[in-house]
Amino acid sequence: MRALRGMYQLKEGQIAYILHRVTGVAVILFLFVHLVENFFLLMGPAAYNAAIGIYDHWWFRLGEFALIAAVVYHSLNGLRIITIDFWQRSTKYHKQMWYAVMALSVVTCAFVAYRMLWLYPGWPWMAHASAGVAP
Amino acid sequence: MNTETIHQTVTLRVARHNPEAGETKPHWETYTLTEVNPMDRVLDLLLRVKGEQSGSLAFRKSCAHGICGSDAMQINGRNRLACKTLVRELGNGPITVEPLKGLAVKKDLIVDMDPFFESYKSVMPYQVTTHEPSGRERLQSPEQHAKIDDQSKCIMCAACTTSCPSFWANDQFVGPAAVVQASRFLFDSRDEGNKERLEVLNDYTGVWRCRTVFNCVEACPQGIDITKHIGNVKKAILYGTTDFVPDESHAGHDHPH
Repeated sequence: MRALRGMYQLKEGQIAYILHRVTGVAVILFLFVHLVENFFLLMGPAAYNAAIGIYDHWWFRLGEFALIAAVVYHSLNGLRIITIDFWQRSTKYHKQMWYAVMALSVVTCAFVAYRMLWLYPGWPWMAHASAGVAP
Repeated sequence: MNTETIHQTVTLRVARHNPEAGETKPHWETYTLTEVNPMDRVLDLLLRVKGEQSGSLAFRKSCAHGICGSDAMQINGRNRLACKTLVRELGNGPITVEPLKGLAVKKDLIVDMDPFFESYKSVMPYQVTTHEPSGRERLQSPEQHAKIDDQSKCIMCAACTTSCPSFWANDQFVGPAAVVQASRFLFDSRDEGNKERLEVLNDYTGVWRCRTVFNCVEACPQGIDITKHIGNVKKAILYGTTDFVPDESHAGHDHPH
């Protein structure tokens, strides 16, 4: 049997890999949602507008923010992996590079959060909250 | 060193498993050892358990000096050699010892190394030549040797391969140890077997399964910069030649000890 017993110690490299996988799967799952939504174009403007309407819900706004966060991390860490593959001297600095990836991701996401979440007028606790008020 | 050594009591948790006795899964056994010297190695603790408390405890060891590569195991959640790990490195909590992950457990801390050595054999870890040497020997300059110096330090303990998530997911993956061994011959100026070797490494179960997780580098008791060598092998496949200058090897300096 190949039982995996106690947890193996999580270090920077493995955390980076797990996040890379999770964000990669998240992005590709959104791609399916996006394809389905685009498919409604074939069924005329009314059908498409109804389908795209779900983008106006506040919970979809949260999901879109998560999507951008996933794309940002996956892209930056992807550049880190390319660097490691092509410039072998960088293997000694893979941890520092990952911290840089995390810092850049947080800064980028903070900016995106301000634009997408802070300025968003459609939250359920807001008096005029209703579908279709995205800025 | 201080002769008045402070002795301590250590709790040792060992994952024990005996499939031959009909056990279906491993279980934890806890042993308390008194008068442990902080400079004792985990191997010393295991030998004491076997001698004083449980004679049936099974583990591999041979030279006990960190060069035969027999006693790699997972100690406190990380692969290390029991003979190179001192008690004082492990803090004050209980010490947890488990067999290497990703290989079948034969008994207690002994795993079936066959898949590991099959991968090793698959990369042709021997010199391939097509012609007789021009003199009596096949000579190599120090600069040429520097390209394979780091890889030559491998002791085949399997600590790297069994720390690799890609290997846990698929034991057909050749694994970091086999790639290091392949690299040792790929970048050897005397070797001529690169075409076949690179074909094996370019396979579905070859070097591309590396996800640059760096667990292997953390685990290697010899301090080999494994991910760097994997990167050089990836480049060799991409360029179709090992005739590029691989990024500098340790070349006799910068040893990690």
